[in-house]
Amino acid sequence: MRKNWIAYPYVVWMVIFTIIPLGLIFYYSFIVKDDSGLHFTFAHLQRVFEPLYLIVLLRSVKLAVISTLICLILGYPMAMILAERQLSRKSILVVLFVIPMWMNFLARTYAWMTLLEKKGLIASILTSIGLPALNILYTENAVMLGMVYNFLPFMVLPIYSVLSKIDKSVIEAAEDLGGTPYITFKRIIFPKSLPGVMSGIAMVFMPAVTTFVISRLLGGGQYTLIGNLIEQQFLTTRDWGFGSSLSFVLMVVILLSMGIMSKYEKESEDGGLW
Amino acid sequence: MKYAVKKLYTFLIFFFLYAPILVLIVFSFNSSKSRASWDGFTLNWYVELFRDRQIMTSLYYTLVIAVISSLAATVMGTAAAIGIHNMKMVPKSICMNITYLPILNPDIVTGISLMLLFIFIKIPLGFFSMLLSHITFNLPFVILSVMPKLKQLDSQIFDAAMDLGASRIYAYRKVILPQIMSGVLTGFLLSFTMSIDDFVVSFFTTGAGVSNLAITIYSMARRGINPKINALLTLMFISILLLLVIINNRMSRDVERKASVN
Amino acid sequence: MLLVLLTAFAGVSAGCGGETQKTLKVYNWGDYIDKSVIDDFEKEYKIKVIYDEFATNEDMYAKLKAGGSDYDVVIPSDYMIKRMIDEGMLQKIDMNNVPNYKYIDERFKNLAYDPKNEYSIPYMWGTVGIIYNKKMVEGPVDSWKVLWDKKYSKQILMLDSQRDSIGITLKMLGYSLNSKEPKELEEAEKMLIQQKPLVLAYVGDEVKDKMIGNEAALAVVWSGDAVFMKRENKDLEYVIPKEGSNVWFDAMVIPKAGKHPKEAETFINYMCRTDVALKNAIAIGYSTPHTEVRKQLPTELTTDRTVYPEKEDLKNSEVFEDLAESLPVYDRIWTEIKSK
Repeated sequence: MRKNWIAYPYVVWMVIFTIIPLGLIFYYSFIVKDDSGLHFTFAHLQRVFEPLYLIVLLRSVKLAVISTLICLILGYPMAMILAERQLSRKSILVVLFVIPMWMNFLARTYAWMTLLEKKGLIASILTSIGLPALNILYTENAVMLGMVYNFLPFMVLPIYSVLSKIDKSVIEAAEDLGGTPYITFKRIIFPKSLPGVMSGIAMVFMPAVTTFVISRLLGGGQYTLIGNLIEQQFLTTRDWGFGSSLSFVLMVVILLSMGIMSKYEKESEDGGLW
Repeated sequence: MKYAVKKLYTFLIFFFLYAPILVLIVFSFNSSKSRASWDGFTLNWYVELFRDRQIMTSLYYTLVIAVISSLAATVMGTAAAIGIHNMKMVPKSICMNITYLPILNPDIVTGISLMLLFIFIKIPLGFFSMLLSHITFNLPFVILSVMPKLKQLDSQIFDAAMDLGASRIYAYRKVILPQIMSGVLTGFLLSFTMSIDDFVVSFFTTGAGVSNLAITIYSMARRGINPKINALLTLMFISILLLLVIINNRMSRDVERKASVN
Repeated sequence: MLLVLLTAFAGVSAGCGGETQKTLKVYNWGDYIDKSVIDDFEKEYKIKVIYDEFATNEDMYAKLKAGGSDYDVVIPSDYMIKRMIDEGMLQKIDMNNVPNYKYIDERFKNLAYDPKNEYSIPYMWGTVGIIYNKKMVEGPVDSWKVLWDKKYSKQILMLDSQRDSIGITLKMLGYSLNSKEPKELEEAEKMLIQQKPLVLAYVGDEVKDKMIGNEAALAVVWSGDAVFMKRENKDLEYVIPKEGSNVWFDAMVIPKAGKHPKEAETFINYMCRTDVALKNAIAIGYSTPHTEVRKQLPTELTTDRTVYPEKEDLKNSEVFEDLAESLPVYDRIWTEIKSK
């Protein structure tokens, strides 16, 4: 069992298609070219820590953390319900969970705008039954709604896949021994599902921090996130040095926080990421 | 009572997921080109859809790339997850951190860096380079899906199988794989989802004559997304549902057959 | 599904067959041509066309600049053409091979982005202006200042584009929209920060649906879109403010990386042929720089000042130039405005 050679193709693949390309990009963070040749510089990196950009970074992290939590709170019960089902067709239900995400992102987001607008569908329904219209498009809430919508399946699926194989007899034993459902959940189900939860968090949090289209379309461009900033540097401003410095810092921040977070995964015998 | 609550909750979540899809479908029958006004019912967009060679070609590339890249990523990623799971602490955490890289970098960074790589090592931009890129960003989703299942796995099962004289391959196939299957399927589904809807990375890594649906649709945005796209998505959606119904019927028939045999 | 797949497959394989013929790679904005025009070109000249689309000038530039693409004909906008000329990415067009160049309106030749008109041939043009809903705004609107009017708080849509938004503010203040003067830019920044609470959203392409659906009272838009919006919602009116605005061009150019410059010229000449340009002008609905086509278009279109503004409408307007080294200044201003 201790043979791990089957991971080698992957490792080679990742070195070629992730590490080297990132090296090519991060090269721009630290090297400037002028008339006298190439120079090493920290100027780009320093600029990332200006208050202007730190605000953006903090806001992105904040929105991503909240969205991830909402995904977890909404997604966990859903994963439990899916996992409980004895049916052979529960795999169909799981597939139904991702199908909406196969429809084009832009088309889906425009559809959300149709729903959320001032004169949109939800507002019309609310006003027609005498309730005040809910005005959430172009607010931070809309951005978070977009994140939760787009990333929810990435939380539900890994948790579901872990829960579906938790030994039923263990749960029954706990109940036989007089454990309330709450205690059974807290002591047995949740700890056992932690690896799935961690994967879910990783797959929701990381894309949520770097998204730029959701904030642009649903936030009305008023909530500049780090993803927008990076995209702007690479395309509009053509300041690759600063753009890659921003994503370098972002990368370090996220990896560190993921590392700290996985310490909470006491369960797993192999410790944290770092 | 508890059952009813669960039903309601499931319904609400699915409603949340499908509400925009319903809107999308309804607007495929709108005779106005704008989603802001309803000018009456039409099937015109469906007719026009089938006349649009470009959309059809990009649909073809989208599906081919999504299927191949997610299958490849699933195979390589599952193997990698098993390997990484067996590694010692330090190499393991290095590998896991590398795994995070494609997800945590903004798409634009992944896209441009891969484009630079392909130009650097002289792989012409096109179908193949786009496929390689899709496999790359799909891999982490497979590993992150399979990993939790491996952690859950009783490591003694494998040893027991080996003790009983099973070959290594046999033990993997007959003992480990069934245990982690739901993780593998999850990984496949998620990477298929990532691939079928990717714009940024695809845009930068593809070449002349090869574009996927996302590229076609994003390019349309400046002049307004044509309701042809709604028509296309509606057809895709209905086909997938039909496919699921067929599979479901097959499966329940199998279950019945097994039941009757027993 | 099967049907869709089969059709797709047929489409692809039909594209691949045939003898070895020359191919021409064309890169254009999405939905910015009458597709039948390409099929006709392939038949007429026995040249196969690979036709691709991009979503923004910046996307296109990043891709071409990296060097992995060899498109023969590209259709970017003015300031991007200037940048590509300055960076040596384009080759000169031999106008002798493009006799139909004579149809292009003299007004649109030798503009700032291509002063001697050696590199580009205009394809479509238009203006930037304000579209407003007559039922929500006390008309007539004639100045950019209306976008700072507190009466319309949260009913204003600005463009999510640093160049355009800063540009029109400079115009309102009476400066050039190509200004690189720190003091002028600082003033513009102050104005935009002051305006931010009034703005409903900074939008992009979705502005069309917003205005058609009466979601906002005022928006900054491109004239080509304004025509479409006015057709869908009769309450909308488009105006080029008196302080002047931006006149933009999308023009055909030949990148140096292209392998078939001769065929590229043939294609450009074909695109300027009256019947072809007419088809495109009708399909797209933007303003054409083609004099003959303009005569043949329906009069209700050519007399619409939204599409074809009079000379006096344009008297203060300018064309974008590449900002080059001032880009980071604009970027910083924009980030400061938006992160507030």
